[in-house]
This record gives sequence, structure tokens and C-alpha cells, in this order.
Amino acid sequence: MSTEVPSKTGETDTGRRGRGPGMAGAESADRRQTTQGRWAYTLLAPTLILLAVVIIYPVINAIILSFQKDAGLDKATGFFVQGGFAGVDNYTHWILQQCGSEKCPPGTLGAQFWGAMGTTFLFAAITVILETVLGFWMAIVMARAFKGRSLLRASVLVPWAIPTAVTAKLFFFMFAFDGIINTVFHSSILWTGSEWPARWAIIISDVWKTTPFMALLILAGLQLIPDEVYEAAKVDGAGTWQRFTQITLPLVKPALMVAILFRTLDALRMYDLPAILTGGANNTTTLSILVVQQIRQGFNVASALSTITFVTIFLVAFIFVRFLGANAVESANPRKK
Amino acid sequence: MKPRKFLAPAAAAAVLALALTACGGGSSSGGSGGGDAASQNMDGRGPITFVSGKDNSGVWQPTIDRWNAAHPNEKVTLKEQTDQADQQHDDLVQHFQAQQSDYDVVTVDVVWSAEFAAKGWLQPLKDKMAVDTAKLLPATVKAATYNGTAYAVPISSDGGLLYYRKDLVPNPPKTWDEMMGMCSIAKAHDMGCYAGQYSKYEGLTVNAAEAINTFGGKIVDDQGKAVVNSAEAKTGLGKLVDAFKSGNIAKQALTYQEEQGRKAFEDGKLLFLRNWPYVYNLAKTDGASTVKDTFGVAPLPGMSGPGASSLGGHSAAVSVYSKNKATAHDFAQWLIQDEQQKFFALKGSLAPVASALYTDSDIVSKLPYMPTLLTSIQNAVPRPVTPYYPAVTKAVQDNAYAALQGDKSVDQAVSDMQAAIDAAGH
Repeated sequence: MSTEVPSKTGETDTGRRGRGPGMAGAESADRRQTTQGRWAYTLLAPTLILLAVVIIYPVINAIILSFQKDAGLDKATGFFVQGGFAGVDNYTHWILQQCGSEKCPPGTLGAQFWGAMGTTFLFAAITVILETVLGFWMAIVMARAFKGRSLLRASVLVPWAIPTAVTAKLFFFMFAFDGIINTVFHSSILWTGSEWPARWAIIISDVWKTTPFMALLILAGLQLIPDEVYEAAKVDGAGTWQRFTQITLPLVKPALMVAILFRTLDALRMYDLPAILTGGANNTTTLSILVVQQIRQGFNVASALSTITFVTIFLVAFIFVRFLGANAVESANPRKK
Repeated sequence: MKPRKFLAPAAAAAVLALALTACGGGSSSGGSGGGDAASQNMDGRGPITFVSGKDNSGVWQPTIDRWNAAHPNEKVTLKEQTDQADQQHDDLVQHFQAQQSDYDVVTVDVVWSAEFAAKGWLQPLKDKMAVDTAKLLPATVKAATYNGTAYAVPISSDGGLLYYRKDLVPNPPKTWDEMMGMCSIAKAHDMGCYAGQYSKYEGLTVNAAEAINTFGGKIVDDQGKAVVNSAEAKTGLGKLVDAFKSGNIAKQALTYQEEQGRKAFEDGKLLFLRNWPYVYNLAKTDGASTVKDTFGVAPLPGMSGPGASSLGGHSAAVSVYSKNKATAHDFAQWLIQDEQQKFFALKGSLAPVASALYTDSDIVSKLPYMPTLLTSIQNAVPRPVTPYYPAVTKAVQDNAYAALQGDKSVDQAVSDMQAAIDAAGH
């Protein structure tokens, strides 16, 4: 029981290895286990404290702030005064799109909440699907032995290594009206001037940038599959497609699910690419962009939004881990059925 | 063991979600009057820190060196921020929220002063702290005034100019309608007629405000109340919308910020361009410019005379948390003296805040557009002076953009703008 908690932090290798050989009787092994469990906690304490300080505290603090009113203007003096307790107003502001007692008019951040939520999930879904398919294909190519393989593997990493802000700026120029993309295709699309072209511009840039990440994670999974399994399948007369669906897919699934989980969570908090490419115009505002814009207008309302974002991402992560078996943090400890 | 089956994934998901979203948070203390701090340290003298965005043209260190030579006991230290306006804003907010006394004099963008003043972070420049601004251009002083009190000293200004092709249009248009009439010339030469900045960002607020102000409308009144839902504002915004409809402004201008417009103009693809003064020297010297000798500048066209430019520029403000406010005050006042202002213009091409310098022979020989810019700034209207500026500019941008795209009628856009500005502060 006691080893369960440490196992989640992924730092239990030493603890578990030390426990390994259970030579002594059951009773003394039990006692040793307790002692070592305590020892493990002691060793882990600094990490846990650090995590508490840099992650738990800000999150708790943000949640507390989200129930406070933002400072409001005192009409008589022209100065801001502290807002006081807000109840769930900051949450209804977003979820019910209430500004004061009425519906938020177009041109306020509150009016954009559900649109931004939809856009965020749309981006996440399309980019992750494209990246998975393309990444899988790239991984299979890279897994083969051929001349120049290491060169290919290194060069594939280039888009991933470029900072997102730089990528975004590059694509900003390429998607400009008289940019290279319109010139090459002899088109006159206003890429950043209307809804779907703007969305596709962002999706294309994101796929270009993060497919290598997918490819490398999947490649790592592919390399764990022993060649003998394929050879045995070949001997049994399995075709290429059968080998792919019966061997590659099931065996690469753990790595694949982790890669998809990471990419999905990453895509759900997408900020810099749309912020630089379109500035959130033409319905490309993601939740993160909305949070950042709201921070400048009122901190506590922004805290409510970031809490909503956090809960949303938590739910998605939970669904992945619980129902789709993405085992990002427990791989050292195969689950018993 | 049962609950663990649920708990383990939940904890795992939590750790992941936390690690991936732990960017929010932070601290907020809102603003509490700051009334006490504003009455303290008014006589304090000693070393101070001057905070400014990245000094790309190298005007600040020489200026500060000159001050330090004359005031050995009240030395000024320069603290440079990044060159990104948003980051400068947030850096100032963080220091003010922490009530730190290490920022004494700060440069603020014209649109931030009301927000900072209402938060109680800026020293009111009255009584002992008053600065004589009689010689300065009225619009620049107005932009630094909140609720009838001056909170900052304008130190540089900026205004829009109309760039035009003098080889095709010998006399620049004085009014908007006259300019639209000249668009047939552009058609005959197979080029675009007019462009400004219509991408959805701060530049769109500038351009929409210019159209609205030029035709007699206002976005907010002197009390900061939204008054944009007016016939005048509809006329103003309607002029831009009509120009898009008729093609006098090409549809790609919806993606234009300053640089795209400059490039199109330098490529000879535009007859008229609304832009800032920085374009002048670039269009004259840029290797890619095809209009080096064939463009001129004029004041923005208006309803019957010059149009109402939006006002750019920066001001210097004294932090209420400063320990040496007397020195800070003297330094801010010293910055608007002719000697410093002239140096800013010659070294950094910054538009002076005193009208007399716009006709100074040294300045005009280096920056020939200065007399025209003076007309522009004399007719300029500050962007809405309101503590809710981020919400107001968002309301203007979103609705003006929808109108320019043709997704929304002008009437609807203006009434939504009004409602969205009203909603700020709830």
C-alpha cells in the first residue's frame, strides 16, 4: 500500500529495487517494507514540498481568487476599490456569459467563452488526429534500416526544435496575402482574414511543428518491438497489413496512447501559435488566449477562467488515463486486472 | 483495492493537468486608492530610477548622463524593459502591485495612464508636484489627465500622416470624400487606392477611432461613459465600411498592420496610405522602395478640413511609492524642456510635445514631415481615456472588424460597441 504513492511520482526505482529479494520470513519482510516506505517518504519529501510550492500553491491561490470580485471603480473618486467576495459570479460570467445582469454583448471577453471552448477542442481534435497519422507514418519510415537514417532522424527534429513563437512568425509571413503560399499556389486567399482559412493556417502550422514529436515518441515504441515477433508472423504467413494491425498496433499502443495524451493536453492549452498568427481574430481565440486577455482586464475573473480551463483539461486527462488506458505515469507497475 | 482503481488514474490525471496548466495563478491585490502613499515623500531627494521600454534609438543614456553631470547628488539610473509594449505594461503592474519603491519615474504609453492612475499607482501632479505644461500640445496633456488631474507628463507624441503619390496626385486630398473621388486615378494605374491598419489589433482601434472622431463622433465622453452609439460615429465607421465595399480599400487590408501597408506603398501598389511618421525615412531610404522621390505627406483627410488623428506617444509618471519624489518631479519636468525634446527628435526621431519645435530649422531639415505632423497632432484626439482601456479597445476592435468584414451592419456594430463598453466594469 505504502509504495503506491511514490510510484505515481515515478521516482521509486531505488525504493522498489531495494525491496526486491524477499529472503526473510513474511513478518520481517513486512516490517522492512514499512520502514522502507517511511524512508521513501523522507527521501521524497523535498520533491513533494517543491511541487506543493510551485504547483499546488498557485493553483489553490487561483481558485481562491476566482471567488473574489475584481476591483471596481468608485464613481465618486475615480479610484479602484477592492471588490470583496463574489460567490460564483466569476464562473457564471463565463459559463452563462453573464455581464452584470444581462447577457455579455459581442465585443466582450465573456461573450467569447463557448466559442473559445469550441475552437480549443476543434484545434485539439484535428491537430492530434493529423499528427498521429502523419507521425505514425514518419515513425515507420524512420524505424527501417537504410542509409542516412540518423540524418533523417535528426533533421525531422528541426521543426520541433524551433521555438513556437518563431514558427508562428514564419507562418505569419508565409500566410500573408502577398506571402509565399498565395504566390506558389496562385491563390488570393486571405489566410488571416476570415474564419476557416485562419483556422487551417493554425492547424497546418501546428501539425508542421509537432508531428516530429509524435513521430519520435511512436518511434521509441516501435523500437521496443522485437524483430523475432515479426519474423514469426512472417513464417506463419501474415501479410504486411496483418503484421501492422496484429503486431505493430497492439504492441505500440502504450507508447501511442501516451503520445496522444501529451499532445492532446498540449493542444488544449495552445496559446502562442494562434496568438501570433492571428491574434485570436476570426474565431481562432483559444481558452488560453482568452485567459491572457482577461488578465489585463481583471485578475479574479481570469482566475475563474483558468480554473475552468484546468478542470476541463483535468477531465480530458482523466478520461484518457481511466478509460483509454493511457498509462503515462504507471508504466513501471503493470496494472492487475 | 477498489478505490485505488479510481484514485490512481485521477491522481495521475491531476498531476498531468497541473503540470500543464500551472501558468495561471499569480497574485492580485487590485488597487486600493493609494491615497496614503500619494502624500508621502514629496520632498524626498536622492538617487532615482527611470524606467523605459528598450531604448532602441539610444536616446536615454546620453540624456540621463547629461542630467547626472548637473545633479551629482540626485543621480538617475536607467532601467530598460523589453521592447514589447504588453510586457512593459505587465512589468509595471507587477512592480506597482508589490508597492516597490525601486521604480521612481516610469514611462507609460498614452493609453495606460488612466488605468494606472485609477489604481492609485501614479502620483497626482498637482500642488507641490505640479508640472508646467502650458507650452505643450493640448491633446498630449489631455491624454495624461484622468478625472481632471494630471498624472503624467507627456514626453513624446505621435500622430497619423497621409502618405500619397505626388507624381499621380499633385495636390493631396483635404477631405475623405475628395480622397475617395481620387480613387479613379488609382484604378487607372491598376493599383490599390487607400489603406490603413485594419487587422484586428490595437491599430484597428486607432483607425476606427480616427474615422469616428473625424466625423464628429466620440467613443467615450470625458466621464469615461460610452457615447459611441451616435449618428456621427455611424457615419465615420460607415465611411470605412463603404470604402471596403467599393474596393477603394482592398480586402487584403483586413490583414494589414503598419508594416504590410508600408510595404504595399513602397512597392507602388497603393495611392494613399495612413501610417505613422516612422514610414517617412524608410520609404525614402529603403532599398526596396520604388517611391523614394514620388511620395509626399499630408495631414489625414477629414470631414471638411484635417482629420482627427489618434494620438500615440509616451508620458513620464512618478510612482506613488517613490522615496524621492522631489527629484522625480524635477527630472520629469526637465525632460520636456526644449533641449531634451530637440535631442529626442534629432537622435530618436521622436515627435516633440511642444509645438514650437516642429518648425525648428535643425529638426525640419532632418525630419521634413514635422510641420505636417504638427497639423496632425494639433487635430488629434486621444484614444479613450479610461481605466478600462483593455476592455474598450477590445469592444472597438471586435465590432469594427466585424463591420469591415461585412458580417455586421454599421448600426449593429456601433450599438454592440456601446453595449460592450458599458459592460466593462461589471
